[in-house]
Amino acid sequence: MTKKQAQQRANLLQGTLDMLVLRTLLHGPAHGHQIGKHIQRTTNDFLQMQHGSLYPALHRLEERGWVTSKWEMAPDRNREFKYYRLTELGRKQLVIEESQWKQMAEAVARVMWPAAEES
Amino acid sequence: MRWWQIWKGTAKRDADLERELLSDLELEEEEQRERGLSAEEARSAARRAFGNTTLIREQTRAAWSWVWMERLVRDVKYGTRTLLRSPEFAIVSVLVMALGIGATTSLFTMVRAVLLQPLPFRDSGKLVMLYEHYRHNKGGDEFNAVAPGDYREWRSQTHGFEDMAAMRSYGGILSGVHSELPEVVQSEGGSANLFPLLGVAPAFGRLFTEAEDKPKGEPVVLLTWSLFQRRFAGDPSIIGKQIHLDTIPTTVVGVLPNWFTYPDARVQYWVPYAQTFSEGDYSMHAGHQSEVVARLKPDISVEAATHEVSAVQYRIRLAYATRPVAEDVWSRPMIDDLVKGVRTQLLVLLCAVGCMLLIACLNLSNLLVARAASRRKEVAIRGSLGGSRLALIREQMTESLLICVAGGGLGLLLSLASTQWLAAHWRNLPRADSVHVDGWVLTFAAGLVLATGLMAGLVPAISSTGKELLSALKESSRSASGSASRARLRKTMLTVEIALTVMLLVSAGLLFKSFLHLRMADLGCRIDHVITMKFGLPEIQYDTRDKVMLFHQSLLERVRRLPGVRGAALVSVAPGSGPHDDRVFTILEKPAPSYTLQYEAMTLTADPQYFSVMQIPLLRGRVFTEHERLNNDHYIVVSKQFVDQFFSGDDPIGKHVRVDWNDMGEIYEIIGEVGDTIYDVTKPVEATMYFPILSGSPDHTSEATIVAWTSIDPLAMSIPIQQQISALEPELPVYNVLTMDQILGKTTATQGFAANLVLAFASLSLLLAAVGLYGVLSYLVTQRVSEIGIRLALGAQREQILSLILFDGLRPAFIGLILGLTASAGTTQLIRSMLYGTEPTDPAVIGAVILTLLLIALFACIFPAWRASRLDPMQALRTE
Repeated sequence: MTKKQAQQRANLLQGTLDMLVLRTLLHGPAHGHQIGKHIQRTTNDFLQMQHGSLYPALHRLEERGWVTSKWEMAPDRNREFKYYRLTELGRKQLVIEESQWKQMAEAVARVMWPAAEES
Repeated sequence: MRWWQIWKGTAKRDADLERELLSDLELEEEEQRERGLSAEEARSAARRAFGNTTLIREQTRAAWSWVWMERLVRDVKYGTRTLLRSPEFAIVSVLVMALGIGATTSLFTMVRAVLLQPLPFRDSGKLVMLYEHYRHNKGGDEFNAVAPGDYREWRSQTHGFEDMAAMRSYGGILSGVHSELPEVVQSEGGSANLFPLLGVAPAFGRLFTEAEDKPKGEPVVLLTWSLFQRRFAGDPSIIGKQIHLDTIPTTVVGVLPNWFTYPDARVQYWVPYAQTFSEGDYSMHAGHQSEVVARLKPDISVEAATHEVSAVQYRIRLAYATRPVAEDVWSRPMIDDLVKGVRTQLLVLLCAVGCMLLIACLNLSNLLVARAASRRKEVAIRGSLGGSRLALIREQMTESLLICVAGGGLGLLLSLASTQWLAAHWRNLPRADSVHVDGWVLTFAAGLVLATGLMAGLVPAISSTGKELLSALKESSRSASGSASRARLRKTMLTVEIALTVMLLVSAGLLFKSFLHLRMADLGCRIDHVITMKFGLPEIQYDTRDKVMLFHQSLLERVRRLPGVRGAALVSVAPGSGPHDDRVFTILEKPAPSYTLQYEAMTLTADPQYFSVMQIPLLRGRVFTEHERLNNDHYIVVSKQFVDQFFSGDDPIGKHVRVDWNDMGEIYEIIGEVGDTIYDVTKPVEATMYFPILSGSPDHTSEATIVAWTSIDPLAMSIPIQQQISALEPELPVYNVLTMDQILGKTTATQGFAANLVLAFASLSLLLAAVGLYGVLSYLVTQRVSEIGIRLALGAQREQILSLILFDGLRPAFIGLILGLTASAGTTQLIRSMLYGTEPTDPAVIGAVILTLLLIALFACIFPAWRASRLDPMQALRTE
């Protein structure tokens, strides 16, 4: 991957990272590493998680009250990790962001592929 | 408590974040190992995946909401530490800013209280003062006092104003019912509707009634709060009782509230306006002494309302064409009227301190640029390690803000102390009692601190964190051109600083010269060893010419016999102690077609020896003799100005003038011409007529000043002379016991005050500019040490180096000087009204300013230049 491509991906990620994190947490509580790995795996490594953006994002979400955190024992490893859990507020926020994203994507699609829309 | 909690919370969260990152890092490492990598490879792979953990931590912390506070604390900590590293710089800067901010705040407090705050009356924006205006006014005050007859016709015949009221200042002798404790005080006459018009309710008792506001009305008096407290111990039972005013039993009907100090805090009591006139005078149109306050109707403009009054006045003028009656009526807002005398002075002082503050700011800015230059590499290294430019600018700004906050705090304390002092020592400052520090002043001071901090800090911060980081790192101290742009910046600031200083110096010089001019003004009479004191004979006991003349005669005889007195005389008002009565007259030998103000002169009464005692030269004819007394008084002596003005310098002896005493004219023969005396050193000479005081006419001679030329300290003679007066009339108080020196000092005190303040600000600015010049030049020399070393090594003469550096430093001084002189041509117009005997382009003052500035600049430059020329080339080249 060239430097330019990485830059583009980072740009794409900006603003949508909060939504992706919230969506990931919909499956259940997870710690930072798991969240990063999950997003990376689900996108077939297209989105490589930058730790420099992930942790600030997590703390920002917590600051806003959309997620809560707790140190818990991991089921597979014999160690405590900081698990993030979606709050009721976070669920609502996810719905809002999702619908905004959808509108955005549809709008972009209408501009990019007008023919496909007509058929 | 809160701070502590936040601090604890931050520490806990910090630890939590550390643990979170560590655990996730370990997990990554474990996963890499499970994939089959060696322990060593797994660790480095995990670290690679994570990136810079410190940076992650920083960025995560930024998501926490109180991080700005943390930053602030850190910036302040760094700033304080840097400042403490060079405490002399910090102390000097803080002191300079304290002086600047303190002085500006003080002046702002006074300007706000005196010029900006509305008067404490009901709806005071609607109040205006009405004055008579003569169309052919010869450049004097265009707002003339009003005659009672004019005021009464305005009030009854116009409807443009809601109401109008009249008042006049009036002196009086106040004493108890048994004539005990007499004192001469300042009082006012006010019409019955004056207080309701202003919206003033009495603190005790009642106001005047319309029935009392008649020339022969029931004698009543309203006490001001200060007299009520001082003389009557604040006991309201005084209401309804009597006191004596000019020996007339008068009933106290009320007390005015504490805040009411209009028009002057020295006024002790008010009497009904009409009672200050005789029946005939109350309707006169030719005697002007009153002030008229009017309240605008809500829907009528001031122009329309004044125009209506002016029309009435013009009709009066037509009816009395040969008398001193004005054609027009002019108005001005009441607040402008009250502050007219001090507005310019206050604004000039405010501008002066503003300039000084600006200079202090520029100086601080200049010093900070020098400091920033010495930290250039540090800043560059931090920038290249990822410190954001904003953070670096913020850090430098904190330093200047810290200086300004400390200076501002100190300055505020300084201003708290100095404002009261200023208000108390400023002679005749109107509304001085309303000067105090309040929320607005504090806000102003805070704004000032912020503005100065930003101004002083922004330029150096921006210039030192520019993008050429690499060039800064590469730049060695040998390169001579590297910091040329910074040096240019500093020189520009220095030029502005010097230009401002020149402006201040020119203004200060002009003000000081006019003050000196006033102090050394020639009053036209003897000044040394002369004591004066005033008294006023009560008109009830001294109601005939014989009684008054006898008192004057006996007093003169007694005083002249006193040991230590070389001569004594009587005059109505001593020279230099302010304006006195003026009268309109006609010259019988040169009849004028109609009345014009041209034929007006001041009047004095004097005894035969007055001219010799006061050394006023006799120019033509003779002065009075013992024969011009009682009814044989139709002779006058005139001043030189009088002869020049009305006789074009021709011989006036034997000519006759007809003088109007209110509504009655009398004819006098001119018997002599004497030299001019000045009634007020700030005013031009006025034509004067002297009448014989020994006429004893109660109307014109019952108020008199005894002047004594003494052989010993004149003040020591005051008690013996006073004893002679009380031997003749035990209950007669004397006042204004002053030597001629003191009279001169009194009239020039205000000018001296302003001149001294501006001079102080200017000197301080000069000092600051000198420090700035020295600082910049020393910095330049340090920058160019190796260059100078090379020049010397290649054979440059030391004199060449000296002139090179000198010229470098003197150039901004020259440019600043020229700019400053150009700018002062404009600013001195502002102070024109404060100048006496000096022109804004006074060559002596401007020459002195140029010389002073160049000398100071040379002095500031010579040391660094000399040091540069003495450099040892070998050492200079080795210096890194």
